[in-house]
Amino acid sequence: MRVLMFGWEFPPHITGGLGTACFGLTKGMVKLGTDVIFVVPKAYGDELHPGFRLINASDITMDFKDSQQQEFRNKINYIEIGSNLIPYMEPEEFEVLAEKETRKTSEKSKTIFSRKFKFSGKYGKNLMQEVSRYAVIASSISTQHGFDVIHSHDWLTYPAGIAAKKISGKPLVIHVHATEFDRSGKNVNTSVFEIEQKGMQEADRVITVSNLTRQIVIEKYGINHEKVVTVHNAVEPSDRQETATIRKHVKEKVVTFLGRVTYQKGPDYFVEAAHKVLKRDENVRFVMAGSGDLLNRMVRRIAKLKMGTKFHFTGFLAGAEVDTMFAMSDVYVMPSVSEPFGISPLEAMRSNVPVVISKQSGVSEILKHAIKVDFWDIDAMADAIYGILHYDGLSKLFARFGKEEVDNLKWDNAAFNVLEVYKTVL
Amino acid sequence: MKFINLCFQVHQPYRLRTYRFFNIGQDHQYYDDYQNRHIIRLVTERSYLPANRMMLDMIHEFGTSFKVTFSISGPALEQLLQHAPEVIHGFQELAATGCVEFTGETYAHSLASLGSKEEFIRQIEKHRDRINDLFGQRPVTFRNTELIFDDQIGQTVAELGFSTMLTEGAKHVLGWKSPNFLYCSAANPKLKLLMRNFRLSDDIIFRFSNRDWTEWPITTEKFVNWLNQVPENEEVVNLFLNYETLGEQQREETGIFDFFYTLPGAVFSRSTYNFSTPGELSEKLQPVAPVSVLYPISWADEEKDLTAWLGNELQDEAFGKLYGIEKEVMACGKPDVIRDWERLQTSDHFYYMCTKWFSDGEVHKYFNPYDSPYEAFINYMNVLSDFIIRVKEKDEPAKEAKPEKRVTKPKTKAKAKPKNKGKAKPTTKVAARKPSVKKATATKPKKKN
Repeated sequence: MRVLMFGWEFPPHITGGLGTACFGLTKGMVKLGTDVIFVVPKAYGDELHPGFRLINASDITMDFKDSQQQEFRNKINYIEIGSNLIPYMEPEEFEVLAEKETRKTSEKSKTIFSRKFKFSGKYGKNLMQEVSRYAVIASSISTQHGFDVIHSHDWLTYPAGIAAKKISGKPLVIHVHATEFDRSGKNVNTSVFEIEQKGMQEADRVITVSNLTRQIVIEKYGINHEKVVTVHNAVEPSDRQETATIRKHVKEKVVTFLGRVTYQKGPDYFVEAAHKVLKRDENVRFVMAGSGDLLNRMVRRIAKLKMGTKFHFTGFLAGAEVDTMFAMSDVYVMPSVSEPFGISPLEAMRSNVPVVISKQSGVSEILKHAIKVDFWDIDAMADAIYGILHYDGLSKLFARFGKEEVDNLKWDNAAFNVLEVYKTVL
Repeated sequence: MKFINLCFQVHQPYRLRTYRFFNIGQDHQYYDDYQNRHIIRLVTERSYLPANRMMLDMIHEFGTSFKVTFSISGPALEQLLQHAPEVIHGFQELAATGCVEFTGETYAHSLASLGSKEEFIRQIEKHRDRINDLFGQRPVTFRNTELIFDDQIGQTVAELGFSTMLTEGAKHVLGWKSPNFLYCSAANPKLKLLMRNFRLSDDIIFRFSNRDWTEWPITTEKFVNWLNQVPENEEVVNLFLNYETLGEQQREETGIFDFFYTLPGAVFSRSTYNFSTPGELSEKLQPVAPVSVLYPISWADEEKDLTAWLGNELQDEAFGKLYGIEKEVMACGKPDVIRDWERLQTSDHFYYMCTKWFSDGEVHKYFNPYDSPYEAFINYMNVLSDFIIRVKEKDEPAKEAKPEKRVTKPKTKAKAKPKNKGKAKPTTKVAARKPSVKKATATKPKKKN
């Protein structure tokens, strides 16, 4: 089977779970003998793509003939479309960013109608334009490659998927890693919502990363439930050995929050729970790793609660730093208000760290060996943290079962389930 | 002549309330009064009351040929006295017929047989006195919590003067032997053993209303046929069930009451069986062989071992900490401390911490207040931590000088007072009704706190 996949980011250039998930899923599918052509808007050249094609869209012209050659030269074809869009970014935010970085050359002259797009280092003036461009490129790509199914990851790539479907007539599967409701709560951006809804309507199948998300797709987007299938994410087995030697430098126990410091991730609930624990037990340190629009507010709150010496901020962490952070942690907390899936607790468990996760996360649907609390229930959250820190039986049991549980959540299985979904539309 | 030995277990634990770590050292209100009362009332209406009525009717109908046996745990007795005294009156009426035997057990429905011999004995004696007070019978038969048994436990029970003990007809212990005989303990042959026929018992407990089961529905005719298939020479079929099976686990709509109500008639007309109680059986029958049990058995699941209550890290830590303070508790000796110590020993708390059935569930989810064993453990440990502080604190002031005490005392006293309506404790022993009223009023204001 050959799959044309549209994504927005790929390791190591990632801003969130989307790139990690795409990578794991693609690898799993390749293992099962699937041909994958993965298209990203902007390639840096150092992406990991063992066994499948990663296509750089900036190499693509609308009617080019030479690209076929490249396709065969590399087992992987990596299509890049010049764009540095962040999947979770709002169009408004993007505009600000784009404004800052746009070179003075006018973008208008090189709009959708030019023969070849030059994207490198440049940004469109608005996100929607980038999305349409991606769609145009997609239609071009779809004429140059043979494939059986089109697979689009998250809303930015839905128009691309739809375009490819229109040109090729092949079935479209869209993969919902997050919805506008997760990202924005009540302040839903209507243009984004419309793109998402259009994608879901045009798609032959909609894959959601959890039943939680599936429910949102059915209820809020009005999609026929028979068309919507849940395929839970998985986690890559850890290949880092050196983390075993990492020691923390403080004698206190360490409780960690790791993720974007935004409304969706519920950092404020973590702060309040920390306050409750610290009132009772001084021998704990709390760490908030990540950045985001609520970061300053969190810092102010910590100061107000006078927890400054026990509550620390690391800023954004990536790659090995994340592993180090986990290795130093005694408890990992994910208090997300709305989390379509949430891969990070799996990464923590992989490092033998017990986790407390919100019931409002997709990952809570599949994890048994985790403590689950409502994100707003700071009493329960504090209690769970305290329990893990004080009652040895828990960490022992987590060490025994947690890692094993996570190791069994293989991308191969998720990939298998995705292939099963393909079969229903072929 | 063959016998049916029909025994019912009546038990409801004191479920714990959500007790956060910041309550530790602050308040000592451990129980979910509302939930416990609610469940007692629910089970009373659905099960205990109609079942008691039915038993009484059956005895009236069949005279002394229908016999039945009850094991009622301490927590069940206390809670019934408080919230549903009519159930206790029902048992008293049944006791008065002379057709009912009451067995002994550990007062707190505890695992003390595995934790502490002293506590095991103390609880057995406490329970024996309580049963005697309420029903005018001094138990001669012993039924350990969850039918847990091994040679050592048998020895202790025999030393306490019990003639008979009930346990599970575990296959790995009996081997080729049939459970349908009277046995004796290898460790102390004076102690007779009656082994549960788990196939026939579980047919009723678990499968009675299971429409996927090939044998569904069980009618009295079918059941009597099964009884008649028991080989000629075998003497006694031990049916040990939860009393809640009648009406709660198997709802009235399933026909469970009709099944039991018509059972004796069918048995008398179509078989050679008679009903009998364990105490009688140990005199009527001769033990056919000694049974030796080196590792404790129970009536749980497929394994018939202890792993539903003990063995994982959570259970072992909680169990170890709990019995680790036994000496301090006994030295302290205050009624409210002893009361909480007992209630914390109830086996259900450990059952909630079991990680075995993440997959199956159903049977085990029965009135389980927790979503996961982790939650159960954290909550229990919070309560236990507070309890340990209380026990140790009460130890210290006795040795320390008085002026220092003043700093800490007002706090504990102020909070201990309202709940120490614990004077309610001694009163429970005397009268049934009064403490329930007192307690209800005493606990309400605290809840609001």
